[in-house]
Amino acid sequence: MAPLEIMTLADNRRNRGSIARRELAGLLYLIPWAIGFLVFQLYPLVSSMAYSFTNFSVSGRPSFLGLENYGRIFSSDADFWISLRVTFLYVIISVPLKLAFALFVAMLLNMEVKGIGAFRTIYYLPSILGGSVAVSILWRFLFSVDGAINKALGLLSIPPVSWLGSPRYALFTISLLSVWQFGSSMIVFLAGLKQVPNELYEAASIDGSSSAGRFFKITLPMITPMLFFNLVMQTINAFQEFTAAFVITNGGPMKSTYLYGLKLYQEGFQFFKMGYASALSWILFAILIALTALTFKSSSYWTFYEDGGR
Amino acid sequence: MARRTKPAIRKATAYIVLIAIGALMVYPILFLISASFKTNQELFGSASLLPKSLSLSAYAEAWSGVGRNSFARFLGNTFILVIPTVAFTIVSSTIVAYGFARFNFPFKRVLTLLMISTLMLPNAVLVIPRYIMFTRFGWANTYLPFIVPALFACYPFFIFLLMQFMRGIPRELDEAAFIDGCGSFRILVDVIAPLCAPALFSAGILQFIWTWNDFFNSLIYINSVSKFPIALGLRLGMDTAGDISWNKIMAMSFMSIVPCVVLFFSAQKSFIEGIATTGMKG
Repeated sequence: MAPLEIMTLADNRRNRGSIARRELAGLLYLIPWAIGFLVFQLYPLVSSMAYSFTNFSVSGRPSFLGLENYGRIFSSDADFWISLRVTFLYVIISVPLKLAFALFVAMLLNMEVKGIGAFRTIYYLPSILGGSVAVSILWRFLFSVDGAINKALGLLSIPPVSWLGSPRYALFTISLLSVWQFGSSMIVFLAGLKQVPNELYEAASIDGSSSAGRFFKITLPMITPMLFFNLVMQTINAFQEFTAAFVITNGGPMKSTYLYGLKLYQEGFQFFKMGYASALSWILFAILIALTALTFKSSSYWTFYEDGGR
Repeated sequence: MARRTKPAIRKATAYIVLIAIGALMVYPILFLISASFKTNQELFGSASLLPKSLSLSAYAEAWSGVGRNSFARFLGNTFILVIPTVAFTIVSSTIVAYGFARFNFPFKRVLTLLMISTLMLPNAVLVIPRYIMFTRFGWANTYLPFIVPALFACYPFFIFLLMQFMRGIPRELDEAAFIDGCGSFRILVDVIAPLCAPALFSAGILQFIWTWNDFFNSLIYINSVSKFPIALGLRLGMDTAGDISWNKIMAMSFMSIVPCVVLFFSAQKSFIEGIATTGMKG
């Protein structure tokens, strides 16, 4: 509340005490969140750190192991390194592809086309459904060796590809499912593009700059806050992908789609090595913190805020 | 002359590309629908969207469900899980968002920052300790692990969305109500909440769809088949059949996404604008 408004309020009621009480009453509204935060977020966070130093499992008393879980993960768990490699690969393939595609489509939609509402709706639909088991099953079917995708490629006389059966393509096929859900990133980009003042483009075209020049000198710098936002959120999500890899390939073939989420699930909920899985989850958390911090730090060099930022 | 035709050509190209992309985007969904009407033999070896004849046998099979559990059972379970979760999320998030948006209490900046930073807290790190906690509470194989966190506003995304929306509502309205002698809770119920209807609506739809599609939490918490929500029922249908009757699976899959699609289309305009103004994920 701006100071001025508080003063007028105070003048109206001529009672500063009731204002202070009113503001403190605000804290009452935070009670559900405060409980939820402490019990379902902070406590789990702290306890999972504690579990990661033990051999906690569903049965038996846990004993303290110190850093042994972490030591074992790094030194003798080959699957950990495989899943880490696969996950980085997945993030590097899916996030840039998704964002580039989202930006491309957002720019097309920003050309004052008619029926923009209908296009937006259709493009957003996959984002609504993409995380569901139904779509993962559909993907498995579409991309099977004798599935519809290969049949369609056959019409262009392209020989059938083993989309899910070969370690070379399986991760890419799963990434495509993520790219298909580009709708929400696109809408964020579109909101950003709408704010770019038209005068900038007019000035640039008077100066005779090319469309590529306009893209790199005007469009891209002006939407860097949205790019930043999409990049951080999509990266965090991609690192935790589970359903697609679990339902479509279950990590195979030859562990080529063995994402970190699958590794965590196996250790925690199939072998019930909760302590070990907690250590795995903290390694993922540390990676995400490091990457997010890096993005935030570097953002002052590449994001542009019209009001000078912050 | 050249100057006038050039933008027209560019626009035409844009339309063609947009339509092509749109076709590519909806193809998988249309394929799902058409596949559910095909016979199992017809299903393989064709990318066509038109089934040779409309066969409803897949739907009859799909409706009978998996094993002793009918599809209606899975559907009912999903509603029992999703509806309280959505309702509680909306009520709790609205109350909390109101607290953040309208009051100046001590440490407001710190608390707001804390709330927003939990947006980026990865679920992966909470899954195991929450599982341990909830099984200790005796909540395994119930829907409480979904419903109780909703009661305590554990979805910061919705707090954030509603908070942003409430900040856009002119404060004069609260002040007028305040001067008329309304307490702050009455202001929330009578003034703020009705004005937030579009945002509440989009939040409800999003939470409905996310909970409906949530596979991981169902997988770890629900272990008796009679309590399976649709996501687990689908996977069961695929895993138990020795040679999969794909048309049945396709019919089940399609039926499972219908509620989300209907909800999305019935509210897509305000919904998409809600996403754009708060700038968010999916």
